[in-house]
This record gives sequence, structure tokens and C-alpha cells, in this order.
Amino acid sequence: MNEEMTRAPATATTPPPRARIQVVPVRGLPVVVALVVFVALSIGFNWRWGLMFNHVVGGGLWTGIDLFVGLVIGPILGRLSIPARAEFSARFMPKMVIIMPTVVMMTLATGFQVARFSGNLAASSPNHAWLIVSFCVVGIMAVIALGVLEPANIAVLFEMNKPVPDGELIGRLMQRFIYTAGITGVMQVATLIIMTRLASR
Amino acid sequence: MSAHAAAPDLESRYRPVPPVGWLSSGALACVIVGGILLASYAPRVAPLGAATALLVAAAVLMVIAGTLLARIGDFAWATFALVFKWALLAYVVIAGMIEFAFVHDHTRGSSLVIVTLMLVIFASSVPTTIAFTVARFADAT
Repeated sequence: MNEEMTRAPATATTPPPRARIQVVPVRGLPVVVALVVFVALSIGFNWRWGLMFNHVVGGGLWTGIDLFVGLVIGPILGRLSIPARAEFSARFMPKMVIIMPTVVMMTLATGFQVARFSGNLAASSPNHAWLIVSFCVVGIMAVIALGVLEPANIAVLFEMNKPVPDGELIGRLMQRFIYTAGITGVMQVATLIIMTRLASR
Repeated sequence: MSAHAAAPDLESRYRPVPPVGWLSSGALACVIVGGILLASYAPRVAPLGAATALLVAAAVLMVIAGTLLARIGDFAWATFALVFKWALLAYVVIAGMIEFAFVHDHTRGSSLVIVTLMLVIFASSVPTTIAFTVARFADAT
């Protein structure tokens, strides 16, 4: 008891050691492996329910997470204090490292098969033009996500693991999310319009 | 003079580096446009001229990126290698899944060769961009 009391002033002045951020949450990898196998089996066996499940669930999560993060989480995060923002990001971003590539893989790998089975790939299909537009929309989102956002996300996590993180650098890297949020939001709304239109014709 | 005023700005704290990330992202954009072109003709055989041109452009961008990367002295190579190998593993799995879908859909001949080479560039360009972005701000080893 006395020892605790004498230690108290030291802990009050010294900041507690920061927990090291796990860039890739290893505990989530078995789920990712299971989903990769599920997608491969669905394609390999032309399993229509599996293809549709992966495409609809993956696509719904991709669009929903993108819009929710861009329109709800992002503005809230922008109003938090720097330490609160860092604390949130340290827990949030590693999960995004594992979730987003998985839902994108589920959506895209099965989407082509769904289009083939539904006849939308045929040039004579009335939906063909809409399908090509959806390819373009996905292409733009893929370049932004893979070429701009994911590198910044992982660089931020590595920077946060340094003994003295560079706050200005983290802020600069995070600006990429703000700059691209508008484009991603427009593309995701376009995806919702195209996909609901394809499904209703 | 205050300590804050003496702190160097972001640009001067980190050495300028060649635009490796932009070049590998450009290669990614080329193969994605090429992939859209090929996919938009499926199940018919796509005209391969434009797709081949995009593939060559992507390959040239990756070669330039690799050359510029190799010429950087005082770089965090250990960090680059660590990030690159794990990202490569992830994107090889994704590229393998896409390749599997194309083979399963009976893509054959020249089209399959172009798709495969595009996927090779896809699977190497994304890890290059990620690893470079991380390593350029890491402590050089």
C-alpha cells in the first residue's frame, strides 16, 4: 500500500508506455482465409448462392463502410483532439487494413461471375452499358484505395509505432483521406444507383 | 527564438525521394484500365492492341520505379522489405483469385497471357507503393 502511494507521483508525471499497434490484426486472418476459400469454391463450382452472397454482402459492406467512414466517422474524427484522434485511429485503422481488402476481394472476384450468369456481360444485354460504367467506377475506386489510401493508412500505423510519432506527418498522410472522401462518396453513390438499376431490369 | 520556431518543417525533416509511389500507382492505373477494357468485351475476344499498349506502359513505369528505387541511398530497406513481402503475399492471393476466375471462364491464348502479365504488375505495384510510402518516412538502416 505504502509502496503504491510512493509510486503514485511518478506515474502521474510520466506518461504510461504506449501499447504497440499491431498493423495487421492476426486474430482476424482465419476469417479472411475462410472467406477466400468460400469465394474460390463459389467460383470453382459455379455456386450461384455463394457467388450472390459474396457479391451482395461484400459489396454492401464495402459501400456502407466507405460512406459511413467518409460521411459520419471522418467529420467526427476531424473535430476530436489530436490525442483522441490518435487513440481512435490506432484501434480503428488496423481493422480497416484487414476488412477492406477482404470485402473488395469478395465483391470483385464474384461480381464478374454474377454478371456472366445474369447475362449482363453479353453485348446485346440492355444492362451491358451500365455494367461497363460500373467497371469504370470500381476502377477509379480501386486506384484511389490501393494507390493512395492504403499506403497512407499503413504508413500512419508505422509512424504511430515510433517512440516519438511525428504528428505533422500523420496529419499530412491523413489529409489524403479528406481529399479523396468526396470522390469515393460520389463513386459509391453511383455504385448504389447502377447496382440497384441492374438488379431491377 | 522558441523551440517551436526552430523545428524544421516536414519537407526538410525528410529527404526528398524520387516519385516511386506515383510511378507504381500509375502502373496500377494502366493495368486497371486494361483490365476494364478486356472485361468489357467478355465473353467475346477483346482487341488486344490497346490492352497490350497499356500493359507495356505499366511495365515501363514499374521498371522506372524499380530503377529509381534501387538508386536511393540511405533508405529504410529493412522496413521496405518487411512491408513489401507481407503486402506481396496479400496481393498475390487477390491476383491469384482473379486469375482463377478468368481461367475458369475459359479465357485462353493471348488474352490469358495479357491478363496474367497485368495481374503480375497489379500484384507487384500495390506492395511497391505501400512499402515505399512506409519506408520513406522510416529510419534508414
